[in-house]
Amino acid sequence: MITFTLNGKKMSTDAPKDTPLLWIIRDEFGLKGTKFGCGIAMCGACTVHLNGSPVRSCSLPISALDGGKITTIEGLGNKHPLQKAWVEHQVPQCGYCQSGQIMQATALLATNANPSDAEIVNHMNGNLCRCMSYKRIKEAIKQVSSASASVVEIYDPKRESILEGNNQQGVV
Amino acid sequence: MTRLNKTEKIQQSRRNFLIGTLRTGLVMAFAPAMTAYSSESAATSLNKKRFSPTVWFEIDQSGSILINISRAEMGQHVGTAIARIVADELGADWDNVSIKHVDTDPKWGYMVTGGSWSVWQSYLPMSQAGAAGRTVLIEAAAKLLQVQASDCKTQDSHVVCGDKSISFADIISQGSIDRTFSAEELALFTPKDPKTRQLIAKPSNALDVPAKTTGTAKYGLDVEIPGMVYARPLIPPTRYGSRVLKVNDTKATKVKGYLGYEILQDPSNILQGWVSVLADTYFGAIQAAQAMNVEYQAGETANVSEQDLIDEGEKLVADKTSGGRFVDHGDIDKASAEAKKSIDSTYKTSSVLHFALEPVNAAVEFKDGICHVHTGNQWQSLFLPVVAKSVGLTDDKVIIHQYYLGGGFGRRLAGDYMIPAALTAKAIGKPVKLVFTREDDSRFDCIRSPSVQHFAAYWDGDNALQGIDHAAAAGWPTLTMAPGFMPDSVDKKTKVDSFSISGADHWYSLNNHRVRAINNTLAQKTFVPGWLRAVGPGWIAWGVESFMDEVAHAQNVDPVDFRMKLLDAKGKNSGSEPVAVGGAKRLSHVLNETKIKSDWGKTLPKNEGLGVAIAAGQERTMPTWSACVAHVRVNPKTGEVKVLKLTSVMDCGTVVHPDGALAQTEGAMLWGLSLALHEGTAIKDGQVADTNLNSYTPLRMADVPELDISFVENTEAPTGLGEPGLIAVAPAIGNAIYNAVGARMRDLPITPKAVKALI
Repeated sequence: MITFTLNGKKMSTDAPKDTPLLWIIRDEFGLKGTKFGCGIAMCGACTVHLNGSPVRSCSLPISALDGGKITTIEGLGNKHPLQKAWVEHQVPQCGYCQSGQIMQATALLATNANPSDAEIVNHMNGNLCRCMSYKRIKEAIKQVSSASASVVEIYDPKRESILEGNNQQGVV
Repeated sequence: MTRLNKTEKIQQSRRNFLIGTLRTGLVMAFAPAMTAYSSESAATSLNKKRFSPTVWFEIDQSGSILINISRAEMGQHVGTAIARIVADELGADWDNVSIKHVDTDPKWGYMVTGGSWSVWQSYLPMSQAGAAGRTVLIEAAAKLLQVQASDCKTQDSHVVCGDKSISFADIISQGSIDRTFSAEELALFTPKDPKTRQLIAKPSNALDVPAKTTGTAKYGLDVEIPGMVYARPLIPPTRYGSRVLKVNDTKATKVKGYLGYEILQDPSNILQGWVSVLADTYFGAIQAAQAMNVEYQAGETANVSEQDLIDEGEKLVADKTSGGRFVDHGDIDKASAEAKKSIDSTYKTSSVLHFALEPVNAAVEFKDGICHVHTGNQWQSLFLPVVAKSVGLTDDKVIIHQYYLGGGFGRRLAGDYMIPAALTAKAIGKPVKLVFTREDDSRFDCIRSPSVQHFAAYWDGDNALQGIDHAAAAGWPTLTMAPGFMPDSVDKKTKVDSFSISGADHWYSLNNHRVRAINNTLAQKTFVPGWLRAVGPGWIAWGVESFMDEVAHAQNVDPVDFRMKLLDAKGKNSGSEPVAVGGAKRLSHVLNETKIKSDWGKTLPKNEGLGVAIAAGQERTMPTWSACVAHVRVNPKTGEVKVLKLTSVMDCGTVVHPDGALAQTEGAMLWGLSLALHEGTAIKDGQVADTNLNSYTPLRMADVPELDISFVENTEAPTGLGEPGLIAVAPAIGNAIYNAVGARMRDLPITPKAVKALI
């Protein structure tokens, strides 16, 4: 049995240990916001946080979780400033990659509150958007990174995400 | 276009428009003009449910307005654009409006989302439906307020008469509305005077965006049906003619949750030699599928290569008797025989994948004799009958339930991926969710066919251009998937796939101009050619607009001035009502605007260049006028091309949803760039060689150039925007490379190696 924390709740699964985390999140625990794109960790649609860092859940076997803390798009509870910026900039087109884009971007701002253009591009370049909404993704990140002190936090590696503490969202 | 005419006929069959109060609110619906109940009132008909009305929109007693959308949502925010057309005419408060994507009940009419047609086709009927709704609300309000209807107007979901006003909600709660408009009466409504518009062409957020930022938007992949099992297909070695000889699942039986396999027998013949592998989880199905040992007898195209297809294309364009005439203006043979100077060139494009990020999938359940298909699809009306045939049911026993599409781009115009799910569910008697892995999706893609185009230009003794002869060969999507939609060639001798030649009938005035559309039969046998974003014009323009530059340079004329001169808007290029008003004049206008905005002619550093191209996609009958200037820098040592900026001016008539239009054009232009420099695969042993991102490399954020996009503001009829922004980008880049380093690129994608070889 593998145990881990999913959006603040202790969970366990009896699935084979080589099962990628993606399928456990989606099909065992029913959180469908995390998507399947390439299956080889190269598109980023499946991005979630493991202990605060972005990981590709399609290629992360659950055996590697080791009691770790997983945060998915649902775990943001629609409270992250980036989600608001995503709406303001009307970023999504088909929307399929956007959970992954947002999770990748939140991880950037959690460790680097005011990234440069080059840092944004470097950090986001592994996330494919087939609709090519890249321009707006970048603009939304820039807006949040420059606009608000509320997200400029000191990085504490012990915290799973910048939302820890005010995250009441359970597993649905 | 033939397909369009057919579509319109289906949608414009004789129907009455009923508006009536039901217990829950006010319903605005189309209904067949049924003679048996023709004397019955709208409200009675709607209440008694004598038929299944096509409810276009309804307003409940709280004033909430629900607009039903039959178009697929795949990133274009189509529901928002259509809803704003209705809501504007109605005089609705936009905050009260919501939308719903409907299933394939035949009452919705012919369902297809493609060709950048949605807004163009919906504009008039949706305006009329909204206007009819406004009329009855005003009539009812006039009675309640005891004023003259002619003194009333609607705004913000209220009927207003001087200082009196009443909300839609109160009208519906208090009044009883019962009104039928005949098709003729409905047709009398003309869209609002643009000056009085409240929503159309005004800024707005898309209704589908919030759900796409929280992970709650539901795609086909997210469907769950109680009791379902998972399946992954095994893709056979060839698209046609494969047969399963032997299946050994010994290794698969060791996979946890493995539930067996099915050899699929498909009466529709879409699937030939297919096996689906079942498990209680999708990961189990992936692993079990990998562990299967299947022996096939492959079809005859098992050894076909990309080079074979290109060779075939080159042979076909060289054969003057091949193909069907798509344009035949003047006498190009005479111009050729009398020419004092000529040039000719061959342009090619490689196989391209759709690579929609959501791999194709479908969940299917048979329940009470009905086959329920849950998926995201663009052309439900095309594949619903195919699914029915596959599972041995009549069309009325199949329902396709629509979800968000994780990318369409033309891939989901084909609904072939529903069939293995349906056949597997039928075979095992349980609901099945069948998901293609990325590699499966690529191998089963209906790719954009490789293409070969040949051009020849002829000049007389005075160095005056006399004409262009053009031939284009490729696999034809419409021939395989919807042959009934192929129009006659201009000489009526054969049929041509207009979706594989549109764009060759450009708006330049030439004395003599011939275009032959040629089917590459080897491509047709090897794979199912697909419609890929911008379809024909997406690769035709690569040749047309690059060759136009060659012709301009051959005359020593500036490429912009050269184009301007040919865009004289005379004769057939003068345009026509309603959507092509102004004709080539509007094209020369956007070209001139783009010239100014891009500072055409400015001095640039060494190895940098500007290149221009224009387009009028998707069709002459629905032109979105566009021009693009690309600014590139070429590294002469490596041949690498960096696109620094793309400048484009578009004229699509009325811009219904401005931010949506901009987003579509940003995406389309970056697609154009991606197809120009980053994307391409090859057919190898009968299948695509690149199946995932380790070797198929679409544009990423680091490659995004500066974009300068603007729209001409006018009040002409709206055309389409999903695709047209793509068309001019690749030739603009190719022409810019020529201006930067003198290398004339003729093959897509443009590779550093090819550029270096030509410097």
